[in-house]
Amino acid sequence: MGLGAAGLLLQSCGQSQPDGGMMGSGDAASRVYVAPGTHDEMYLFCSGGFSGNVTVYGIPSGRHLKDIAVFSQYPEKGWGYAEETLPMFNTSHGFVPWDDSHHPEFSQTAGVPDGKWLFINGNNTPRIARINLATFETDEIIEIPNSSGNHGSPFTTMNSEYVVASTRFSVPIPQEDVAIKSYKEKFKGTLTYVKVDPENGDMDIAFQILVPGLNYDLSHSGKGPSHGWSFFTCYNSEQANSLLEVNASRNDKDYIAAVNWKLAEQYVAQGKAREMAVSYMDNHMDEHTRAGVSEERTSVKVLDPADCPEMIYYLPTPKSPHGVDVDPTGEYIAAGGKLAAVIPVHSFSKMLKAIEDRAFDGDVNGIPVLRYDAVLAGEVKDPGLGPLHTEFDDKGFAYTSSFISSEIVKWKVSTQTVVDRIPTYYSIGHLCVPGGDSMKPWGKYVVALNKITKDRYLPTGPELSQSAQLIDITGDKMKLLLDFPTIGEPHYAQAIPASILAPRSVRFFKIEDNASPFVTRSEKDARVERKGNEVHVYMTSARSHFAPDNIEGIRVGDTVLFHVTNLEQDWDVPHGFAVMGARNAELLIMPGETRTLRWEPTQAGVIPFYCTDFCSALHQEMQGYARVSPVGSTTELSWSLGD
Amino acid sequence: MIQQTQSDGREPCAPVRRSTQGAAARLLLIPLLAALLFSQGCGDKSPDGTAGGAVASTAEGGLSADELENGIGPAKTAPELGPLNAELAASGQQIFDMKCLSCHRMGERFIGPDLNQILTRRTPRYVMNMILNPTEMVQRHPEAKKLLAEYLAPMAQQNLTQDEARAVLEYIRSPHEAAQAKAN
Repeated sequence: MGLGAAGLLLQSCGQSQPDGGMMGSGDAASRVYVAPGTHDEMYLFCSGGFSGNVTVYGIPSGRHLKDIAVFSQYPEKGWGYAEETLPMFNTSHGFVPWDDSHHPEFSQTAGVPDGKWLFINGNNTPRIARINLATFETDEIIEIPNSSGNHGSPFTTMNSEYVVASTRFSVPIPQEDVAIKSYKEKFKGTLTYVKVDPENGDMDIAFQILVPGLNYDLSHSGKGPSHGWSFFTCYNSEQANSLLEVNASRNDKDYIAAVNWKLAEQYVAQGKAREMAVSYMDNHMDEHTRAGVSEERTSVKVLDPADCPEMIYYLPTPKSPHGVDVDPTGEYIAAGGKLAAVIPVHSFSKMLKAIEDRAFDGDVNGIPVLRYDAVLAGEVKDPGLGPLHTEFDDKGFAYTSSFISSEIVKWKVSTQTVVDRIPTYYSIGHLCVPGGDSMKPWGKYVVALNKITKDRYLPTGPELSQSAQLIDITGDKMKLLLDFPTIGEPHYAQAIPASILAPRSVRFFKIEDNASPFVTRSEKDARVERKGNEVHVYMTSARSHFAPDNIEGIRVGDTVLFHVTNLEQDWDVPHGFAVMGARNAELLIMPGETRTLRWEPTQAGVIPFYCTDFCSALHQEMQGYARVSPVGSTTELSWSLGD
Repeated sequence: MIQQTQSDGREPCAPVRRSTQGAAARLLLIPLLAALLFSQGCGDKSPDGTAGGAVASTAEGGLSADELENGIGPAKTAPELGPLNAELAASGQQIFDMKCLSCHRMGERFIGPDLNQILTRRTPRYVMNMILNPTEMVQRHPEAKKLLAEYLAPMAQQNLTQDEARAVLEYIRSPHEAAQAKAN
C-alpha cells in the first residue's frame, strides 16, 4: 500500500482524475468481456523479459493465449531439448540456453505492421530472434558480434529493410584483455544494421557503425519524411566505468545519435567499410525439414564515422535519455529523459536545417553535436517524474510512461502540451498502443507494462507476477479497464488486430511436405536401426498409439534417438513423447512434424514411454516399452506393434 | 469481435478433439455432446443454458434419405466407378499408408473398422463423405454414430482433398473388385 500512496503523492498536481482513472466497473466489465466462444479483438505480444521468451495475450480480455519459446529452453514444448531445436541456441560462446528478451517488434510494410514476423532482442548474449507469425514459432536467431548488452534492438525501419542492434554496454572492440579503467581510450560501441529478406525474413548483418564508447540504450527509426534515418539514445556521456548510478548522472545532457542509414548504405557500396574478422552464429529453422541449421559467420563490414562524413550526428538530450520514439508523421522525435524534468521533442525538419546551417556545438570523437535549440521542437512541461517511453495514437496524441511518479501522461504532439494523466499500479516501464510506433496506430487502448505489483493481486510469496493494465484511450480522459498478470518482465509489448494474423494461422504441417531426414511417413515404415552404439527409432504417433510400441535390443551405453513423426493431419492435435529417466524433456510434436529425443539409458530394465498431450479417449493407452539390456548383452534388436 | 468457429468438444466423458468445418460446427456441438453422452453411458443429461436443438428423436436424426444413404459432406455426386484403375489405386494406397493406416488395416479390425468389403455396406459417396467430413458424420449420421459408440475412436479428420479421397476410394475398393472378379 505504501508504494501506491507514495506514487499518488508523487504525482504532479493538476489534471489527475479524481476517480483514479477507473472506468465505472459495469462499463469496464462490458468493455473487456469476451463471451465464451468468441475471440479477442487483438493479439498482444509481450516480451517475457528474463524468461527469455514471448507471451501472447488476447486484448481486451487479458487472456493468456500462448507462450512462444524463443531464447530460453522450454521443456513444455521440447524447445532446446528436441535435437531439431538444439542448433537454434548456438552462439560464439557455445550453447546458450537462456536470454533476457526486451522488445518485440512487428515487421512493417509502408510503416504499418504487416503481421509477417515478430522480432525480439536477446539482451545478455547479443542476439535477435525472428518469430513466424503464421506458426507462432521461432524461425531464426542471429547473434550480433562486436556488441554487448543488446538493448537498443530490434527496432525496425518502415519497410523492415533493417532491424537494428546497439551496444548498451561499450566494450573493447575487438575484445581484448585490458584494464577496465582504460574505458575512455579503449571502449567502443556499435550500431548494427541487420538486413531482413522481404520474402522469407532471413536476417543477415549488413554493416556495423563503430561509435564512441557510450551506453547506446534504445532506438527507433524514422518514417515518412525521416525514413532513412535511425535514432539511438545514449547515456553515460561521462564515460564512467563504475558506480554509473552516480557517475553517469552528472551531465545535464546526453545524446540521441541520429544515423543516416541510407548514406551508410552508400558508403558500404563505395567500399568504405572494412571487413573485420569475427565469429558469430546465424541459426534458422529449415522450413522443409523443420530442423535448426546453425551457420558460423566470420566477417562483418564495419564503418568508421571518421571515413563517412554526414553519416551520424548527436542531438543533445536531457538527461540520461532512455526511450526514443518517432511519431506517426515522422517529424517528431520524443525522448524519455530518465532524470529530466521535461520530455524533449526534437524536430526532424529542424535537424536537417541545423545540419545544413552547421549549427554545431562541439563534437564527440569527431562526430558533430547539433545545437539543442536548433533541433528542438519543444519540451513537454510537467510530464511526471522519470519519463521513459512514448507511444502514439491515431489522433495526434502521445502517451508517455513516467516511472517514478507511476503514471501515463497524454500530450498533444504538435503543441507538446499535457492534456491528461492517469496513475498506474505501479512503476510503469514500457507502454503499448496497438500500432503505437507505426505510421498508422490503431489507437483505442494503451497497455501499461508495470514493473512492480505489490498489493494489486493476491500475495504469492516474495515474488508476484508483473502487472499489465489495459486503459481505454477512445475519449478525452484515459480510463482504466483491466489489470492482468504477465510472465517474466514484460518490458515492451506490441499489439495487432486479430483480423491481420488469425486468417494466416497455420493449422498443421502437411505430412507430404515433411522433408526431415528422419521422417516416418507411414506405420509401414516404422522401424528401429542400430548404427554402432546409436539406436535410431523411426516412430509414428497417431490417436492413440505409437508404432512401434515394443522395442527390445537396446543396451546400457547406447544412445537412443527417438525420431517421432506425428501422422495427424488436423488442427490442434499435437502428440507428446516422454521416456522415463531421459535427462532432457519431452517432445511436443505438431501434426505432420518430426521431432527427435535423445535418450541415454543408464540402467537395465523395461522402460515405459508415453504420450503427454491428451489426444483422445484412449490417451492413457498411448504408451510403450523399451527394454534395456546390460552392456554386452546379445538381446536381438526387435520392434513391434500389436503383437 | 470475431465469432469463434471452433468449439472444443472435450468433456470428461467425451474426450474428442475436433476441428471445424465452419460455423455449422457450433450448431452441431450439442447433438455431438448429447450423442457422446448417450453413447458413452454418462447418463442422459444434456448441457444446460445453451442454444441448440435436442438430439433428434428419430433414428434418422433429421437427415434426408439421400444423406442417410450417401452421407453428409462435399461428395454431392456419385464418383464414377469403372473398371479398377490400377494407377489411381496405387496413388490411393500411398495416401492411405500415410494418412489412414494408423487406424485402418485392410482385412482386419484395428483402431477403426476393417474396410476390406466396405462397398458391400456403403455407397461410394458415403465413403467419400466419411473421409472428407468425418467430424460432422460422427455427430449426425446414425451409422457413423453407431460406429463411434462401438469403437470409441472418432474417425479422424485428415484433411484430404476430394481427389485424394477419390484415390483412396479406388484403393479400398480393390479387394472388393478382386472378390467380385473371383465370384464371376
